[in-house]
Amino acid sequence: MATRAFEIVNASEDEDRVVPMPKAGDPRPAAGRAVNSDIPPEEMDLPRGWPDTAPQWLQDGLEKTVQVVALPAITFLVVLLAWHMVQSTVAPDFPTIGAAWDKAVEVFSEPFADYGPNDKGIGWQVLYSLGRVGAGFGLAVLVGLPAGFLIGASKTFERAWMPLIQILRPVSPLAWLPIGLLLFKAVDPSAIFVIFITSIWPIILNTAMGVRSIPADYTNVARVLNLNRFELVTRIFVPSTLPYILTGMQLSLSVAWMVIVAAEMLTGGIGIGFYIWDEWNNLSVPSIIVAILVIGLVGIALEAVMTMVRRRFDYRVN
Amino acid sequence: MDVKPYRSVCDIDMVFDTRSGRFQALKGVSLDVARGDYISIIGHSGCGKSTLLNIVAGLTDATSGGILLDGREVKGPGPDRAVVFQNHSLLPWLTAYQNVRLAVDKVFGASRSATERDEWTRHNLALVNMDHALMKRPGEISGGMKQRVGIARALAMEPKVLLLDEPFGALDALTRAQLQDTVMDIHARLGNTVIMITHDVDEAVLLSDRIVMMTNGPAATIGQIHKVEIPRPRRRVNIGDHPGYGPARAAVMQFLYDRQAA
Repeated sequence: MATRAFEIVNASEDEDRVVPMPKAGDPRPAAGRAVNSDIPPEEMDLPRGWPDTAPQWLQDGLEKTVQVVALPAITFLVVLLAWHMVQSTVAPDFPTIGAAWDKAVEVFSEPFADYGPNDKGIGWQVLYSLGRVGAGFGLAVLVGLPAGFLIGASKTFERAWMPLIQILRPVSPLAWLPIGLLLFKAVDPSAIFVIFITSIWPIILNTAMGVRSIPADYTNVARVLNLNRFELVTRIFVPSTLPYILTGMQLSLSVAWMVIVAAEMLTGGIGIGFYIWDEWNNLSVPSIIVAILVIGLVGIALEAVMTMVRRRFDYRVN
Repeated sequence: MDVKPYRSVCDIDMVFDTRSGRFQALKGVSLDVARGDYISIIGHSGCGKSTLLNIVAGLTDATSGGILLDGREVKGPGPDRAVVFQNHSLLPWLTAYQNVRLAVDKVFGASRSATERDEWTRHNLALVNMDHALMKRPGEISGGMKQRVGIARALAMEPKVLLLDEPFGALDALTRAQLQDTVMDIHARLGNTVIMITHDVDEAVLLSDRIVMMTNGPAATIGQIHKVEIPRPRRRVNIGDHPGYGPARAAVMQFLYDRQAA
Protein backbone atom coordinates (compact mmCIF):
# COMPACT_ATOMS: atom_id res chain seq x y z
CA MET A 1 0.00 0.00 0.00
CA ALA A 2 2.71 2.42 0.99
CA THR A 3 4.60 1.98 -2.26
CA ARG A 4 1.48 2.53 -4.24
CA ALA A 5 0.70 5.76 -2.48
CA PHE A 6 4.23 6.88 -3.18
CA GLU A 7 3.94 6.09 -6.85
CA ILE A 8 0.68 7.91 -7.21
CA VAL A 9 1.95 11.00 -5.50
CA ASN A 10 5.00 10.93 -7.71
CA ALA A 11 2.94 10.52 -10.81
CA SER A 12 0.95 13.61 -10.01
CA GLU A 13 3.97 15.64 -9.08
CA ASP A 14 6.16 14.69 -12.01
CA GLU A 15 3.53 14.89 -14.65
CA ASP A 16 2.01 18.25 -14.04
CA ARG A 17 -0.53 18.17 -16.77
CA VAL A 18 -4.12 17.43 -17.61
CA VAL A 19 -4.97 13.77 -17.35
CA PRO A 20 -6.32 12.62 -20.71
CA MET A 21 -9.78 11.10 -20.60
CA PRO A 22 -9.85 7.62 -22.02
CA LYS A 23 -12.34 7.18 -24.82
CA ALA A 24 -14.92 4.45 -24.52
CA GLY A 25 -13.43 1.18 -25.60
CA ASP A 26 -9.91 2.56 -25.48
CA PRO A 27 -7.80 -0.30 -24.14
CA ARG A 28 -5.01 1.97 -23.01
CA PRO A 29 -5.28 3.12 -19.44
CA ALA A 30 -5.25 6.84 -18.77
CA ALA A 31 -1.76 8.15 -18.19
CA GLY A 32 -2.42 9.31 -14.69
CA ARG A 33 -3.63 5.88 -13.74
CA ALA A 34 -0.92 3.86 -15.38
CA VAL A 35 0.60 3.03 -12.04
CA ASN A 36 -2.64 1.55 -10.77
CA SER A 37 -2.44 -1.60 -12.78
CA ASP A 38 -4.37 -3.52 -10.15
CA ILE A 39 -7.55 -1.48 -10.55
CA PRO A 40 -10.37 -3.72 -11.79
CA PRO A 41 -11.25 -3.23 -15.47
CA GLU A 42 -14.80 -2.00 -14.84
CA GLU A 43 -13.37 0.93 -12.94
CA MET A 44 -10.83 1.56 -15.67
CA ASP A 45 -13.67 2.28 -18.08
CA LEU A 46 -14.90 5.16 -15.99
CA PRO A 47 -13.64 8.42 -17.46
CA ARG A 48 -12.03 9.72 -14.30
CA GLY A 49 -8.58 11.06 -13.65
CA TRP A 50 -6.49 11.14 -10.52
CA PRO A 51 -7.31 11.46 -7.63
CA ASP A 52 -10.61 9.65 -8.15
CA THR A 53 -8.81 6.48 -9.04
CA ALA A 54 -6.53 6.70 -6.02
CA PRO A 55 -7.32 4.15 -3.34
CA GLN A 56 -10.23 5.12 -1.13
CA TRP A 57 -8.15 5.41 2.05
CA LEU A 58 -5.82 7.85 0.34
CA GLN A 59 -8.70 9.94 -0.97
CA ASP A 60 -10.27 9.98 2.49
CA GLY A 61 -6.92 10.83 4.01
CA LEU A 62 -6.41 13.71 1.62
CA GLU A 63 -9.89 15.05 2.22
CA LYS A 64 -9.35 14.84 5.96
CA THR A 65 -6.01 16.56 5.73
CA VAL A 66 -7.53 19.37 3.73
CA GLN A 67 -10.36 19.78 6.22
CA VAL A 68 -8.39 19.37 9.42
CA VAL A 69 -5.10 21.01 8.53
CA ALA A 70 -5.42 23.19 5.45
CA LEU A 71 -8.62 25.08 6.30
CA PRO A 72 -7.56 26.08 9.82
CA ALA A 73 -4.11 26.96 8.49
CA ILE A 74 -5.69 29.36 6.03
CA THR A 75 -7.63 31.01 8.85
CA PHE A 76 -4.50 31.40 10.94
CA LEU A 77 -2.67 32.92 8.00
CA VAL A 78 -5.50 35.39 7.37
CA VAL A 79 -5.46 36.45 11.03
CA LEU A 80 -1.69 36.84 11.02
CA LEU A 81 -1.93 38.89 7.84
CA ALA A 82 -4.61 41.11 9.38
CA TRP A 83 -2.45 41.49 12.49
CA HIS A 84 0.50 42.52 10.37
CA MET A 85 -1.51 45.00 8.33
CA VAL A 86 -3.24 46.58 11.32
CA GLN A 87 0.03 46.77 13.21
CA SER A 88 1.97 48.35 10.37
CA THR A 89 -0.73 50.93 9.59
CA VAL A 90 -3.11 52.04 12.33
CA ALA A 91 -1.66 50.48 15.51
CA PRO A 92 2.08 50.88 15.60
CA ASP A 93 2.07 50.39 19.40
CA PHE A 94 0.89 46.85 18.93
CA PRO A 95 3.76 44.33 18.94
CA THR A 96 4.85 42.91 15.63
CA ILE A 97 4.43 39.22 14.86
CA GLY A 98 8.20 38.90 15.11
CA ALA A 99 8.26 40.44 18.59
CA ALA A 100 5.53 38.08 19.77
CA TRP A 101 7.37 35.15 18.25
CA ASP A 102 10.63 36.10 19.93
CA LYS A 103 8.78 36.44 23.24
CA ALA A 104 7.19 33.01 22.75
CA VAL A 105 10.59 31.45 22.09
CA GLU A 106 11.97 33.13 25.19
CA VAL A 107 9.02 32.15 27.41
CA PHE A 108 8.92 28.55 26.24
CA SER A 109 12.69 28.08 26.42
CA GLU A 110 12.43 27.80 30.21
CA PRO A 111 8.76 27.47 31.16
CA PHE A 112 9.64 26.24 34.65
CA ALA A 113 12.23 28.88 35.45
CA ASP A 114 12.12 30.07 39.06
CA TYR A 115 13.86 33.34 39.86
CA GLY A 116 12.14 34.06 43.15
CA PRO A 117 8.48 34.56 44.01
CA ASN A 118 7.90 37.36 41.51
CA ASP A 119 9.63 35.83 38.52
CA LYS A 120 8.47 32.33 37.70
CA GLY A 121 8.19 30.67 34.28
CA ILE A 122 4.84 30.47 32.48
CA GLY A 123 4.61 26.76 33.28
CA TRP A 124 4.49 27.56 36.99
CA GLN A 125 1.92 30.28 36.42
CA VAL A 126 -0.35 27.83 34.57
CA LEU A 127 0.16 25.13 37.21
CA TYR A 128 -0.79 27.48 40.05
CA SER A 129 -3.90 28.56 38.19
CA LEU A 130 -4.80 24.94 37.41
CA GLY A 131 -4.26 24.11 41.08
CA ARG A 132 -6.80 26.74 42.14
CA VAL A 133 -9.27 25.65 39.49
CA GLY A 134 -8.81 22.04 40.57
CA ALA A 135 -9.37 22.86 44.23
CA GLY A 136 -12.43 25.06 43.67
CA PHE A 137 -13.88 22.68 41.10
CA GLY A 138 -13.26 19.66 43.32
CA LEU A 139 -15.01 21.31 46.27
CA ALA A 140 -17.90 22.28 43.99
CA VAL A 141 -18.25 18.64 42.90
CA LEU A 142 -18.17 17.45 46.52
CA VAL A 143 -20.91 19.90 47.54
CA GLY A 144 -22.80 20.15 44.25
CA LEU A 145 -23.43 16.45 43.60
CA PRO A 146 -25.25 15.71 46.87
CA ALA A 147 -27.05 19.05 46.64
CA GLY A 148 -28.11 18.33 43.07
CA PHE A 149 -29.32 14.86 44.03
CA LEU A 150 -31.40 16.22 46.89
CA ILE A 151 -32.88 19.01 44.80
CA GLY A 152 -33.61 16.65 41.92
CA ALA A 153 -35.09 13.90 44.07
CA SER A 154 -37.13 15.91 46.55
CA LYS A 155 -39.77 18.47 45.67
CA THR A 156 -39.34 19.96 49.15
CA PHE A 157 -35.65 20.58 48.62
CA GLU A 158 -36.31 21.94 45.17
CA ARG A 159 -38.90 24.41 46.46
CA ALA A 160 -36.64 25.42 49.33
CA TRP A 161 -33.44 25.97 47.38
CA MET A 162 -34.22 26.78 43.77
CA PRO A 163 -35.25 30.43 44.31
CA LEU A 164 -31.94 31.19 46.04
CA ILE A 165 -29.98 29.36 43.36
CA GLN A 166 -31.88 31.21 40.64
CA ILE A 167 -30.94 34.54 42.22
CA LEU A 168 -27.25 33.70 42.75
CA ARG A 169 -26.60 31.84 39.50
CA PRO A 170 -26.55 34.84 37.13
CA VAL A 171 -24.17 36.79 39.38
CA SER A 172 -20.64 37.07 38.04
CA PRO A 173 -18.49 34.87 40.27
CA LEU A 174 -16.03 37.75 40.60
CA ALA A 175 -18.59 39.62 42.68
CA TRP A 176 -17.90 37.03 45.35
CA LEU A 177 -14.20 37.84 45.50
CA PRO A 178 -14.50 40.58 48.16
CA ILE A 179 -16.65 38.23 50.25
CA GLY A 180 -13.94 35.60 49.91
CA LEU A 181 -11.22 38.06 50.90
CA LEU A 182 -13.26 39.14 53.88
CA LEU A 183 -13.95 35.58 54.96
CA PHE A 184 -10.53 34.04 54.39
CA LYS A 185 -8.24 37.06 54.74
CA ALA A 186 -5.96 35.46 52.18
CA VAL A 187 -5.63 35.51 48.42
CA ASP A 188 -5.39 31.82 47.58
CA PRO A 189 -8.52 30.59 49.38
CA SER A 190 -10.42 33.57 48.00
CA ALA A 191 -9.58 32.63 44.42
CA ILE A 192 -10.50 29.01 45.16
CA PHE A 193 -13.75 30.27 46.68
CA VAL A 194 -14.56 32.19 43.50
CA ILE A 195 -13.93 29.07 41.39
CA PHE A 196 -16.10 27.07 43.77
CA ILE A 197 -18.96 29.54 43.28
CA THR A 198 -18.40 29.46 39.51
CA SER A 199 -18.46 25.69 39.28
CA ILE A 200 -21.20 24.81 41.69
CA TRP A 201 -24.29 26.09 39.82
CA PRO A 202 -23.95 24.06 36.63
CA ILE A 203 -23.09 20.98 38.69
CA ILE A 204 -26.12 21.35 40.98
CA LEU A 205 -28.53 22.21 38.17
CA ASN A 206 -27.38 19.49 35.79
CA THR A 207 -27.34 16.84 38.50
CA ALA A 208 -30.83 17.85 39.60
CA MET A 209 -32.04 17.76 36.02
CA GLY A 210 -30.46 14.34 35.57
CA VAL A 211 -32.21 12.99 38.65
CA ARG A 212 -35.51 14.47 37.52
CA SER A 213 -35.10 12.90 34.08
CA ILE A 214 -34.66 9.38 35.40
CA PRO A 215 -37.37 7.54 33.48
CA ALA A 216 -40.18 6.14 35.61
CA ASP A 217 -39.37 2.80 33.95
CA TYR A 218 -36.06 2.58 35.80
CA THR A 219 -37.59 3.39 39.16
CA ASN A 220 -40.38 0.88 38.47
CA VAL A 221 -37.74 -1.75 37.78
CA ALA A 222 -36.06 -0.80 41.03
CA ARG A 223 -39.34 -1.12 42.89
CA VAL A 224 -40.17 -4.52 41.41
CA LEU A 225 -36.67 -5.66 42.41
CA ASN A 226 -37.21 -4.20 45.89
CA LEU A 227 -33.94 -2.30 45.72
CA ASN A 228 -33.20 -0.58 49.01
CA ARG A 229 -32.37 3.12 49.23
CA PHE A 230 -28.62 2.60 48.91
CA GLU A 231 -28.99 0.28 45.93
CA LEU A 232 -31.50 2.64 44.35
CA VAL A 233 -28.92 5.44 44.47
CA THR A 234 -25.88 3.39 43.41
CA ARG A 235 -27.50 1.06 40.86
CA ILE A 236 -30.10 3.38 39.29
CA PHE A 237 -29.75 7.06 40.23
CA VAL A 238 -26.00 7.52 39.80
CA PRO A 239 -25.51 5.62 36.53
CA SER A 240 -28.64 7.14 35.03
CA THR A 241 -27.64 10.66 36.08
CA LEU A 242 -23.95 10.34 35.24
CA PRO A 243 -24.19 11.78 31.72
CA TYR A 244 -25.91 14.89 33.07
CA ILE A 245 -23.39 15.21 35.90
CA LEU A 246 -20.49 15.00 33.46
CA THR A 247 -22.09 17.61 31.22
CA GLY A 248 -22.41 19.91 34.22
CA MET A 249 -18.81 19.27 35.18
CA GLN A 250 -17.59 20.00 31.68
CA LEU A 251 -19.55 23.27 31.59
CA SER A 252 -18.30 24.45 34.96
CA LEU A 253 -14.71 23.46 34.31
CA SER A 254 -14.50 25.50 31.11
CA VAL A 255 -16.11 28.52 32.77
CA ALA A 256 -13.86 28.09 35.81
CA TRP A 257 -10.81 28.27 33.57
CA MET A 258 -12.08 31.55 32.16
CA VAL A 259 -12.92 33.00 35.57
CA ILE A 260 -9.58 32.14 37.19
CA VAL A 261 -7.78 34.50 34.82
CA ALA A 262 -9.94 37.42 35.90
CA ALA A 263 -9.84 36.43 39.57
CA GLU A 264 -6.04 36.26 39.57
CA MET A 265 -5.79 39.65 37.92
CA LEU A 266 -7.54 41.00 41.00
CA THR A 267 -5.84 38.90 43.65
CA GLY A 268 -2.26 39.13 42.38
CA GLY A 269 0.45 36.77 43.54
CA ILE A 270 1.13 34.02 41.07
CA GLY A 271 -0.97 32.48 38.33
CA ILE A 272 -1.58 33.00 34.65
CA GLY A 273 -4.14 35.76 35.28
CA PHE A 274 -1.77 37.78 37.40
CA TYR A 275 1.00 37.06 34.89
CA ILE A 276 -1.03 38.90 32.25
CA TRP A 277 -1.68 41.82 34.60
CA ASP A 278 1.97 41.93 35.62
CA GLU A 279 3.15 41.96 32.01
CA TRP A 280 0.67 44.76 31.27
CA ASN A 281 2.27 46.77 34.06
CA ASN A 282 5.65 45.99 32.51
CA LEU A 283 4.16 47.07 29.17
CA SER A 284 5.23 43.73 27.72
CA VAL A 285 2.32 43.13 25.35
CA PRO A 286 4.08 40.27 23.50
CA SER A 287 4.04 38.32 26.77
CA ILE A 288 0.28 38.91 27.02
CA ILE A 289 -0.26 37.56 23.51
CA VAL A 290 1.76 34.47 24.40
CA ALA A 291 -0.23 34.07 27.63
CA ILE A 292 -3.55 34.33 25.76
CA LEU A 293 -2.46 31.52 23.45
CA VAL A 294 -1.33 29.41 26.41
CA ILE A 295 -4.67 29.96 28.19
CA GLY A 296 -6.49 28.89 25.05
CA LEU A 297 -4.41 25.75 24.65
CA VAL A 298 -4.84 24.78 28.30
CA GLY A 299 -8.58 25.34 27.91
CA ILE A 300 -8.63 22.98 24.94
CA ALA A 301 -6.70 20.42 26.96
CA LEU A 302 -9.18 20.64 29.86
CA GLU A 303 -12.07 20.24 27.45
CA ALA A 304 -10.38 17.24 25.85
CA VAL A 305 -9.87 15.56 29.22
CA MET A 306 -13.53 16.06 30.15
CA THR A 307 -14.63 14.76 26.76
CA MET A 308 -12.52 11.66 27.31
CA VAL A 309 -14.08 11.14 30.73
CA ARG A 310 -17.55 11.53 29.24
CA ARG A 311 -16.79 9.08 26.46
CA ARG A 312 -15.74 6.59 29.06
CA PHE A 313 -18.77 6.91 31.33
CA ASP A 314 -21.65 8.13 29.18
CA TYR A 315 -23.68 5.12 28.05
CA ARG A 316 -25.38 7.31 25.45
CA VAL A 317 -22.12 8.16 23.69
CA ASN A 318 -20.98 4.55 23.42
CA MET B 1 -62.95 -29.50 40.54
CA ASP B 2 -62.32 -27.38 43.57
CA VAL B 3 -59.25 -25.28 42.91
CA LYS B 4 -58.29 -22.73 45.50
CA PRO B 5 -57.48 -19.51 43.65
CA TYR B 6 -53.74 -18.93 43.57
CA ARG B 7 -54.17 -15.27 43.28
CA SER B 8 -57.22 -13.13 43.76
CA VAL B 9 -57.83 -9.60 42.73
CA CYS B 10 -60.54 -8.53 45.15
CA ASP B 11 -63.02 -5.77 44.49
CA ILE B 12 -60.48 -3.27 43.26
CA ASP B 13 -61.57 0.34 43.03
CA MET B 14 -59.24 2.93 41.60
CA VAL B 15 -60.09 6.59 41.95
CA PHE B 16 -57.75 9.30 40.80
CA ASP B 17 -57.99 12.79 42.21
CA THR B 18 -57.49 14.95 39.17
CA ARG B 19 -57.58 18.65 38.61
CA SER B 20 -61.08 18.35 37.19
CA GLY B 21 -62.35 16.37 40.14
CA ARG B 22 -62.38 12.71 41.08
CA PHE B 23 -62.02 10.24 38.26
CA GLN B 24 -62.99 6.66 38.91
CA ALA B 25 -60.84 4.52 36.65
CA LEU B 26 -61.71 1.08 37.97
CA LYS B 27 -64.77 -0.08 39.85
CA GLY B 28 -65.23 -3.40 41.58
CA VAL B 29 -62.72 -5.43 39.61
CA SER B 30 -62.48 -8.97 40.99
CA LEU B 31 -60.62 -11.86 39.46
CA ASP B 32 -59.43 -15.26 40.63
CA VAL B 33 -56.43 -16.80 38.96
CA ALA B 34 -55.38 -20.43 39.37
CA ARG B 35 -51.75 -21.54 39.49
CA GLY B 36 -50.36 -21.99 36.02
CA ASP B 37 -53.17 -19.98 34.42
CA TYR B 38 -52.43 -17.77 31.47
CA ILE B 39 -54.81 -14.82 31.69
CA SER B 40 -55.13 -12.06 29.13
CA ILE B 41 -56.74 -8.76 29.97
CA ILE B 42 -58.07 -7.05 26.86
CA GLY B 43 -59.92 -3.82 26.36
CA HIS B 44 -59.89 -0.56 24.50
CA SER B 45 -57.24 2.05 25.16
CA GLY B 46 -57.87 3.99 28.32
CA CYS B 47 -60.03 1.30 29.88
CA GLY B 48 -57.68 1.04 32.83
CA LYS B 49 -56.10 -2.31 32.03
CA SER B 50 -52.60 -0.94 32.58
CA THR B 51 -53.76 0.65 35.82
CA LEU B 52 -55.08 -2.74 36.89
CA LEU B 53 -51.77 -4.39 36.08
CA ASN B 54 -49.88 -1.71 37.98
CA ILE B 55 -52.12 -2.34 40.98
CA VAL B 56 -51.50 -6.07 40.75
CA ALA B 57 -47.77 -5.38 40.43
CA GLY B 58 -47.97 -3.11 43.46
CA LEU B 59 -46.57 -0.14 41.55
CA THR B 60 -49.83 1.73 42.13
CA ASP B 61 -51.97 1.49 45.26
CA ALA B 62 -55.64 0.78 44.77
CA THR B 63 -58.04 3.24 46.34
CA SER B 64 -59.84 0.30 47.87
CA GLY B 65 -59.68 -3.46 47.56
CA GLY B 66 -56.64 -5.67 47.60
CA ILE B 67 -54.59 -8.43 46.07
CA LEU B 68 -54.24 -11.91 47.55
CA LEU B 69 -51.35 -14.04 46.41
CA ASP B 70 -51.10 -17.61 47.63
CA GLY B 71 -53.52 -16.78 50.42
CA ARG B 72 -51.65 -13.69 51.64
CA GLU B 73 -52.40 -10.08 50.94
CA VAL B 74 -49.61 -8.36 49.04
CA LYS B 75 -48.76 -4.71 49.39
CA GLY B 76 -46.22 -2.82 47.32
CA PRO B 77 -44.18 -4.18 44.46
CA GLY B 78 -41.90 -7.19 44.71
CA PRO B 79 -40.03 -9.79 42.68
CA ASP B 80 -42.79 -12.35 43.35
CA ARG B 81 -44.75 -10.40 40.74
CA ALA B 82 -42.16 -9.71 38.07
CA VAL B 83 -43.24 -7.29 35.37
CA VAL B 84 -42.26 -7.28 31.73
CA PHE B 85 -42.80 -3.67 30.72
CA GLN B 86 -44.04 -2.65 27.32
CA ASN B 87 -40.90 -0.70 26.52
CA HIS B 88 -38.52 -3.32 27.92
CA SER B 89 -37.20 -0.99 30.65
CA LEU B 90 -33.69 -2.38 30.55
CA LEU B 91 -31.05 -0.26 32.23
CA PRO B 92 -29.06 1.12 29.29
CA TRP B 93 -25.74 1.28 31.12
CA LEU B 94 -25.79 -2.47 31.84
CA THR B 95 -25.26 -5.32 29.40
CA ALA B 96 -27.98 -7.89 28.78
CA TYR B 97 -26.23 -10.21 31.23
CA GLN B 98 -25.84 -7.49 33.87
CA ASN B 99 -29.49 -6.48 33.56
CA VAL B 100 -30.61 -10.02 34.35
CA ARG B 101 -27.84 -10.54 36.88
CA LEU B 102 -28.97 -7.47 38.85
CA ALA B 103 -32.37 -9.10 39.33
CA VAL B 104 -30.84 -12.50 40.11
CA ASP B 105 -28.45 -11.01 42.67
CA LYS B 106 -31.28 -9.12 44.31
CA VAL B 107 -33.64 -12.10 44.57
CA PHE B 108 -31.15 -14.91 45.19
CA GLY B 109 -28.21 -12.99 46.66
CA ALA B 110 -28.67 -14.65 50.02
CA SER B 111 -29.75 -18.12 48.96
CA ARG B 112 -27.46 -18.98 46.07
CA SER B 113 -23.69 -18.84 45.49
CA ALA B 114 -22.16 -16.50 42.93
CA THR B 115 -21.53 -19.42 40.57
CA GLU B 116 -25.13 -20.56 40.83
CA ARG B 117 -26.37 -17.04 40.20
CA ASP B 118 -24.11 -16.74 37.16
CA GLU B 119 -25.44 -20.03 35.78
CA TRP B 120 -29.03 -19.05 36.52
CA THR B 121 -28.55 -15.73 34.70
CA ARG B 122 -27.11 -17.47 31.66
CA HIS B 123 -29.80 -20.15 31.80
CA ASN B 124 -32.61 -17.60 31.67
CA LEU B 125 -31.02 -15.67 28.84
CA ALA B 126 -30.67 -18.96 26.98
CA LEU B 127 -34.39 -19.63 27.56
CA VAL B 128 -35.24 -16.58 25.47
CA ASN B 129 -32.48 -17.34 22.94
CA MET B 130 -30.31 -14.44 23.96
CA ASP B 131 -27.23 -16.36 25.05
CA HIS B 132 -25.35 -15.05 22.02
CA ALA B 133 -25.57 -11.40 23.09
CA LEU B 134 -24.80 -11.53 26.80
CA MET B 135 -22.34 -8.67 26.73
CA LYS B 136 -24.36 -6.36 24.47
CA ARG B 137 -25.91 -3.23 25.89
CA PRO B 138 -29.57 -2.43 25.17
CA GLY B 139 -28.52 0.28 22.74
CA GLU B 140 -26.75 -2.32 20.62
CA ILE B 141 -29.61 -4.80 20.16
CA SER B 142 -32.98 -4.70 18.40
CA GLY B 143 -36.33 -4.01 20.05
CA GLY B 144 -37.30 -7.68 19.97
CA MET B 145 -34.01 -8.69 21.57
CA LYS B 146 -34.44 -6.08 24.29
CA GLN B 147 -37.89 -7.47 25.06
CA ARG B 148 -36.38 -10.97 25.22
CA VAL B 149 -33.89 -9.77 27.81
CA GLY B 150 -36.75 -8.10 29.69
CA ILE B 151 -38.61 -11.43 29.73
CA ALA B 152 -35.45 -13.24 30.85
CA ARG B 153 -35.04 -10.76 33.68
CA ALA B 154 -38.62 -11.32 34.82
CA LEU B 155 -38.36 -15.11 34.53
CA ALA B 156 -35.06 -15.14 36.43
CA MET B 157 -36.82 -13.76 39.51
CA GLU B 158 -38.87 -16.98 39.65
CA PRO B 159 -41.99 -14.92 40.21
CA LYS B 160 -45.19 -16.45 41.53
CA VAL B 161 -46.96 -14.44 38.86
CA LEU B 162 -45.48 -13.07 35.69
CA LEU B 163 -47.06 -9.78 34.65
CA LEU B 164 -46.77 -8.79 31.01
CA ASP B 165 -47.79 -5.22 30.14
CA GLU B 166 -48.44 -5.26 26.40
CA PRO B 167 -45.06 -6.94 26.03
CA PHE B 168 -45.19 -7.28 22.26
CA GLY B 169 -47.01 -4.05 21.47
CA ALA B 170 -43.98 -2.14 20.23
CA LEU B 171 -42.65 -4.92 18.00
CA ASP B 172 -43.11 -5.67 14.32
CA ALA B 173 -45.42 -8.54 13.38
CA LEU B 174 -42.73 -11.15 12.70
CA THR B 175 -40.77 -10.41 15.86
CA ARG B 176 -44.00 -10.38 17.81
CA ALA B 177 -44.90 -13.85 16.53
CA GLN B 178 -41.46 -15.18 17.46
CA LEU B 179 -41.70 -13.77 20.96
CA GLN B 180 -45.23 -15.07 21.45
CA ASP B 181 -43.96 -18.52 20.57
CA THR B 182 -41.08 -18.10 23.01
CA VAL B 183 -43.44 -17.07 25.81
CA MET B 184 -45.84 -19.92 24.98
CA ASP B 185 -42.95 -22.37 25.03
CA ILE B 186 -41.67 -21.08 28.37
CA HIS B 187 -45.17 -21.17 29.85
CA ALA B 188 -45.50 -24.80 28.72
CA ARG B 189 -42.15 -25.77 30.19
CA LEU B 190 -42.23 -23.87 33.46
CA GLY B 191 -45.96 -23.64 34.12
CA ASN B 192 -45.81 -19.99 35.22
CA THR B 193 -48.89 -18.10 36.21
CA VAL B 194 -49.16 -15.26 33.74
CA ILE B 195 -51.32 -12.14 33.53
CA MET B 196 -50.90 -10.32 30.25
CA ILE B 197 -52.31 -7.01 29.12
CA THR B 198 -52.97 -6.90 25.40
CA HIS B 199 -55.10 -5.18 22.81
CA ASP B 200 -54.51 -7.86 20.19
CA VAL B 201 -57.38 -10.33 19.89
CA ASP B 202 -55.38 -13.03 18.08
CA GLU B 203 -52.59 -12.79 20.62
CA ALA B 204 -55.07 -13.19 23.46
CA VAL B 205 -56.68 -16.26 21.87
CA LEU B 206 -53.36 -17.87 20.98
CA LEU B 207 -51.77 -17.51 24.39
CA SER B 208 -54.50 -17.46 27.02
CA ASP B 209 -56.46 -19.95 29.04
CA ARG B 210 -58.94 -17.22 29.87
CA ILE B 211 -59.53 -13.85 28.29
CA VAL B 212 -60.72 -11.11 30.62
CA MET B 213 -62.55 -8.37 28.78
CA MET B 214 -62.70 -4.92 30.34
CA THR B 215 -65.51 -2.46 29.79
CA ASN B 216 -64.70 1.07 28.73
CA GLY B 217 -63.86 3.61 31.39
CA PRO B 218 -64.59 5.58 33.41
CA ALA B 219 -65.39 3.14 36.19
CA ALA B 220 -64.17 0.29 34.03
CA THR B 221 -64.75 -3.22 35.26
CA ILE B 222 -64.64 -6.78 33.98
CA GLY B 223 -67.37 -7.15 31.40
CA GLN B 224 -66.96 -10.77 30.44
CA ILE B 225 -64.52 -13.67 30.82
CA HIS B 226 -64.09 -16.19 28.05
CA LYS B 227 -62.42 -19.55 28.60
CA VAL B 228 -60.39 -20.52 25.54
CA GLU B 229 -61.18 -24.18 24.87
CA ILE B 230 -58.11 -25.03 22.85
CA PRO B 231 -55.79 -27.71 24.23
CA ARG B 232 -52.09 -27.05 24.62
CA PRO B 233 -49.58 -27.24 23.07
CA ARG B 234 -50.99 -24.78 20.57
CA ARG B 235 -49.39 -23.90 17.26
CA ARG B 236 -50.03 -20.65 15.53
CA VAL B 237 -50.12 -22.23 12.08
CA ASN B 238 -53.10 -24.48 12.73
CA ILE B 239 -54.80 -22.96 15.73
CA GLY B 240 -57.46 -21.50 13.45
CA ASP B 241 -58.63 -25.03 12.56
CA HIS B 242 -59.56 -25.87 16.12
CA PRO B 243 -63.28 -25.69 16.98
CA GLY B 244 -62.50 -23.63 20.08
CA TYR B 245 -60.82 -20.89 18.08
CA GLY B 246 -63.80 -19.38 16.30
CA PRO B 247 -65.99 -18.94 19.38
CA ALA B 248 -63.13 -17.43 21.40
CA ARG B 249 -62.29 -14.93 18.73
CA ALA B 250 -65.94 -14.13 18.06
CA ALA B 251 -66.63 -13.59 21.77
CA VAL B 252 -63.82 -11.08 22.12
CA MET B 253 -64.58 -9.34 18.84
CA GLN B 254 -68.25 -9.03 19.69
CA PHE B 255 -67.45 -7.67 23.13
CA LEU B 256 -64.93 -5.14 21.88
CA TYR B 257 -66.65 -3.91 18.76
CA ASP B 258 -70.37 -4.44 19.39
CA ARG B 259 -70.91 -4.03 23.09
CA GLN B 260 -67.98 -1.77 23.93
CA ALA B 261 -67.47 0.02 20.66
CA ALA B 262 -65.10 2.85 21.47
